[in-house]
Amino acid sequence: MIGIEHYLVVSSILFVMGVLGIFLNRKNVIIILMAIELILLAVNINLVAFSAFLGDLTGQIFAMFVLTVAASEAAIGLAILVIYFRGRGTIAVDDVNRMKG
Amino acid sequence: MTSIHIIVFLPLLAALIAGLGQRFIGAVAAKTITTAGLFTACLLSWPIFIGFLTGDEKAYVQPVMTWVQSGALAFDWELRVDALTAVMLVVITTVSALVHLYSWGYMEEDPDQPRFFAYLSLFTFAMLMLVTANNLVQMFFGWEGVGLASYLLIGFWYKKPSANAAAIKAFVVNRVGDLGFMLGIFGVFWLFGTVSIPDILAAAPDKVGSSIGFLGYRVDTMSLLCVLLFIGAMGKSAQLGLHTWLPDAMEGPTPVSALIHAATMVTAGVFMVCRLSPLFETSQFALNVVTIVGATTAIFAATVGLVQTDIKRVIAYSTCSQLGYMFFAAGTGAYGAAMFHLFTHAFFKALLFLGAGSVIHAMHHEQDMRYYGGLRKHIPLTFWAMMAGTLAITGVGIVGVGGFAGFYSKDAIIEAAFASGSTYHMYGFAIGVIAALLTSFYSWRLMFLTFFGKPRWAGSEHIQHAVHDEHHHGDDHAYNGAHGGHDDGTAGYHPHESPLPMLVPLGVLTLGALFAGFLFHGGFIEAETGKEFWANSTLYFNEHLMHAMHEVPLWVKLSSTVAMLTGLAIAYLMYQRSDDAPHKVATMFAPLYRFFLNKWYFDELYNLIFVRPAFWFGRLFWQQGDIGIIDKYGPNGSAALVNFSSRMAVRMQSGYLYTYALVMLLGLVAAVSWMMVKA
Repeated sequence: MIGIEHYLVVSSILFVMGVLGIFLNRKNVIIILMAIELILLAVNINLVAFSAFLGDLTGQIFAMFVLTVAASEAAIGLAILVIYFRGRGTIAVDDVNRMKG
Repeated sequence: MTSIHIIVFLPLLAALIAGLGQRFIGAVAAKTITTAGLFTACLLSWPIFIGFLTGDEKAYVQPVMTWVQSGALAFDWELRVDALTAVMLVVITTVSALVHLYSWGYMEEDPDQPRFFAYLSLFTFAMLMLVTANNLVQMFFGWEGVGLASYLLIGFWYKKPSANAAAIKAFVVNRVGDLGFMLGIFGVFWLFGTVSIPDILAAAPDKVGSSIGFLGYRVDTMSLLCVLLFIGAMGKSAQLGLHTWLPDAMEGPTPVSALIHAATMVTAGVFMVCRLSPLFETSQFALNVVTIVGATTAIFAATVGLVQTDIKRVIAYSTCSQLGYMFFAAGTGAYGAAMFHLFTHAFFKALLFLGAGSVIHAMHHEQDMRYYGGLRKHIPLTFWAMMAGTLAITGVGIVGVGGFAGFYSKDAIIEAAFASGSTYHMYGFAIGVIAALLTSFYSWRLMFLTFFGKPRWAGSEHIQHAVHDEHHHGDDHAYNGAHGGHDDGTAGYHPHESPLPMLVPLGVLTLGALFAGFLFHGGFIEAETGKEFWANSTLYFNEHLMHAMHEVPLWVKLSSTVAMLTGLAIAYLMYQRSDDAPHKVATMFAPLYRFFLNKWYFDELYNLIFVRPAFWFGRLFWQQGDIGIIDKYGPNGSAALVNFSSRMAVRMQSGYLYTYALVMLLGLVAAVSWMMVKA
């Protein structure tokens, strides 16, 4: 029988993979966007799992909202990326350090 | 507004106008104002002095303004005029006025003349403030004022490092004496509850025999106070131990040496002891100290004066020695004789200094007597003035008939020392006679080396420069052409007599050196007339001693004359009859000669005991204290801390997005954990 723990473990694994994807990634900004997507998905799994476990629909509705936001965020992120690439000719993460103090 | 107000404040006014307004009124106006001011003060001073001599004037105090009213401590600015003040008034204003006039000639080529004249007038004001003081604080004001003026004038040629060093030395050594004087004033106020001089002198006899705790010892109160005050006098009057500044002070212009370091400021200590003489009379111990220090200084300075080659230094040591005479006169209780010697000394010593200045002027700023010689024919007026000064200082005269100024005053001191008769005073008497011999020797040595014999100018760099310059400028004014060979030792240089402004003061002071003793000895030291004269002052006049002084055995009266003649004879034999006698004597007594030449090694000793440890301490505090601790942990430390932390902060600002995200995450985790643990 698959219980709520299994869902939570999967979502935790996804979340940690997302976070590490942001920090350890040295190559590509697109990977950062994908990692953020992973984190949001982990959150969604959590929301849906608890919603089913508690018998409360609010969580699932929230998950729909998160999916919407994630989609628009991906669109905006990609748009920024394109503009950025036009400006600097690269999207390697190590080159993106204009904020260095 | 009385004449004493004008006498005291006119020099101040002149100094302010000349000093602050020199840019607006110009050099000539500044010189005229100060000189005219001093001559006015001088003309107003003599009637006061004559008035006291004839008995027409009585002592009085002129108020000026309120100064301090603070609980028990209350004193005003006041001008005290009595016989003692009157003596100092004529000495100060006369010598000062003549020195102002002399400086017109001597300082003619100096670009900073208004400043010089302003300082001279400022000095005169401070000195007048000192001698008219009716309380110890005002006296201290004048005391410090003359110290300041002395500092400024010694360092007048401030571009010369040696002049600056001498000025600082004079100031610092005087501080040592001033500490004693200040402690004395504090002690007097603590004991009597007042600083007013007449009140102190009136109350002093009641306190005889009391004792006081000082530095952990019980000591006699009056002895302590008097010795402390005397330490102040020692500093200002360059007595043994605190004398080291006076010879160095010769770095200043020669008129300054004549005014400050011969006639007036250095006699302030003698004046102070005489002013407070009833206080000193309460302590035999203090009087013995005064006698011994004075007599020892007299012999010390005379021995050093024997071997100096700089004409001004010889006269400086002579001054030091004569001040010693004045002090041991005071120590024997013959305050009248001390003041009399002060009075005559002011004239003949100012004369000798101004004469030396005239010689230096003629010899193109060469001060070494070894390069003089034969000047008698070239500058005859200066020669005769110096001759009068020498006759006066050596005390030429015939017992029972009369003589030059120093004859009256110096013999009075020696006789008074003999007459008072205690062991200490006999020490003073013996020293006085020996010092008279030495005085005669070094004074005549100066005369012989400078004015007699053959010219030895060729060895002097100054003279060579002068001849060289004249030659190249095609000016035959002082150059006799290259035709005559220079084997006569003149190097082709022709010294010329000083201008009139320098000769007039010499003439007036010559009169003083000739007649000051003869004219005024009645008022100063004769038992009856002296008593009347000094009754109008705070000076303690020992009538009994003055009587005894005249009844000493004939050999005592003759002793100083014999000593004088012996000194003259030795000087004549060594410097006139023989060529190499000085050299032979110097080699024969080589250790003694070196001892005298190095001024008894006082400077070396002080250097070892005080100066070097002071430097060592200074360096310790500077390197270890200032740099090592305060700078290191203070300003430099905090700056380094800021620098370090900002460098750390910069390192966090990597500019990489993921770094910021990591920090955000860590922060979030920390915040959440904290919330959870707290809940």
